[in-house]
Amino acid sequence: MKAKTIDRIATGIIYALVSVVVLILLFLLGFILIKGVPHISWKFLTSPAQAFIAGGGIGDQLFNSFYLLILTLLISFPIALGAGIYLSEYAPKNWVTNLVRITIEVLSSLPSVVVGLFGFLLFVVQFKLGFSIISGAIALTFFNLPLLTRSIENSLSAVPDLQREAGLSLGLSKWKTVTRVIFPIALPGIITGIILSAGRVFGEAAALIFTAGQSAPAINYADWNPFNGTSPLNIFRPAETLAVHIWKINTEGIMPDANQVSAGASAVLVIAVLVFNLLARFIGARLYRKITAGK
Amino acid sequence: MENVITAENMRLYYGEKEALHGINLAFPKNQITALLGPSGSGKSTFLRSLNRMNDLIPDVTITGSVKFEGQDIYSPKMDVVNLRKRVGMVFQQPNPFPFSVYDNVIYGLKLEGVKDKKLLDQRVEESLKQAAVWDETKDHLKESALSFSGGQQQRICIARVLAVQPDMILMDEPTSALDPVSSSKIEDTMLELKNDYTVAIVTHNMQQAARISDYSAFFLNGDLIETEATQQMFVNPVQEQTSDFLNGKFG
Repeated sequence: MKAKTIDRIATGIIYALVSVVVLILLFLLGFILIKGVPHISWKFLTSPAQAFIAGGGIGDQLFNSFYLLILTLLISFPIALGAGIYLSEYAPKNWVTNLVRITIEVLSSLPSVVVGLFGFLLFVVQFKLGFSIISGAIALTFFNLPLLTRSIENSLSAVPDLQREAGLSLGLSKWKTVTRVIFPIALPGIITGIILSAGRVFGEAAALIFTAGQSAPAINYADWNPFNGTSPLNIFRPAETLAVHIWKINTEGIMPDANQVSAGASAVLVIAVLVFNLLARFIGARLYRKITAGK
Repeated sequence: MENVITAENMRLYYGEKEALHGINLAFPKNQITALLGPSGSGKSTFLRSLNRMNDLIPDVTITGSVKFEGQDIYSPKMDVVNLRKRVGMVFQQPNPFPFSVYDNVIYGLKLEGVKDKKLLDQRVEESLKQAAVWDETKDHLKESALSFSGGQQQRICIARVLAVQPDMILMDEPTSALDPVSSSKIEDTMLELKNDYTVAIVTHNMQQAARISDYSAFFLNGDLIETEATQQMFVNPVQEQTSDFLNGKFG
């Protein structure tokens, strides 16, 4: 065969494969959105769930998902940032560093249900934290930490060494070079990494079933004292998130409109993750332009 | 004449391998000294050991002494951060921070805690003028330094070094990535800088060395072969190797 023909066939195959991926994605998204979006209403988004009668909403679950997400990021970001800075800027190239990297790889490929069971045994049972937001947040931190650390390390490493040399040669200390030159340059990438990981955390169910629990006790949105049992901010109350709610309705939901609630909740979840992704791109690009003073 | 930096029997090893074999070289104040030699001769390595930029490379050891104003820069007592403030560096590739021109120039000062806006403004203007890039940047100070041409970026980098007000400036082939017009502008800049600063420049370009430098040092395979007033060396080199190099027989 002539090289030109082969080239054409190869190009055709690649296009076909890409179309398969895109089609599957569009089908999935379309299916979930078309089925779910009609059920989304303000009332659906704000009212509490119903176990036995129709007309339940997802208000508490939605709040729980966001609250858990924020707590998880508050715990995991500082740790991941420190670890990422160490790995990218300070770690010597030796077997210890390699071991740390391999450990992080392994941790990131750990199935989330295993993380959930571990969290259940350690935090829920052993430390007697019970099914609670804090147990869930710690489990999600375990789940999130490796990926976030890796993305922060990669964003920092992507900054050319020329910039490090420039900083040091101006008489900046290593710490100042890292924090005031390298970090700002890497910041858009880091923000993108955080938001993308937020999307994953937001949609996570398996790790939470055993840690944050599957029940959503009534929350009193007028009570913002985190030490009260019914306060939304209480970190020791059990908290069913949106993803867990979807899973639960589909396995044991007995309300008459279970299908509709599940479809609506799924659509909300997908939309939220989509928004996270778009936000990541937008904020990342915006921040980069701002830092680089470009137009 | 007063010397700013003096290297005595300086040897540098990458692991076990000796890369510089006992260099003795002094840099006279307010003069431009050119370090010449073919690729791999050790001239860049030597330059980078004058403000300890080689510290970034693992496994480098240095023996002998390098004295800056009489103080051994490799002594444990040396404050490396302070040394690099006083011995600035310009690199082969222009490497401005991806910030605005203004921020680039004052970054060193700002991080030292200088907040006086007037002083910062004044230093930006001074430095950019000294680096001969003020006319091109004065109306675009808030724009990204990356939006300028390579030659302008390199002069912004020079201004950034000048803003810290060092005593000596090391230049590692500062024009080799630039076009001839930009190169000649930077050469003019260097001749201006000579009045206030001591300059060491690594260059592949012998015409450049002849045009701007007062002294020349010829490196070959990690040895310093010859060091001389530039005029002298170019007209009447002592060593045969120097003469072969200057006549383009190798390198």
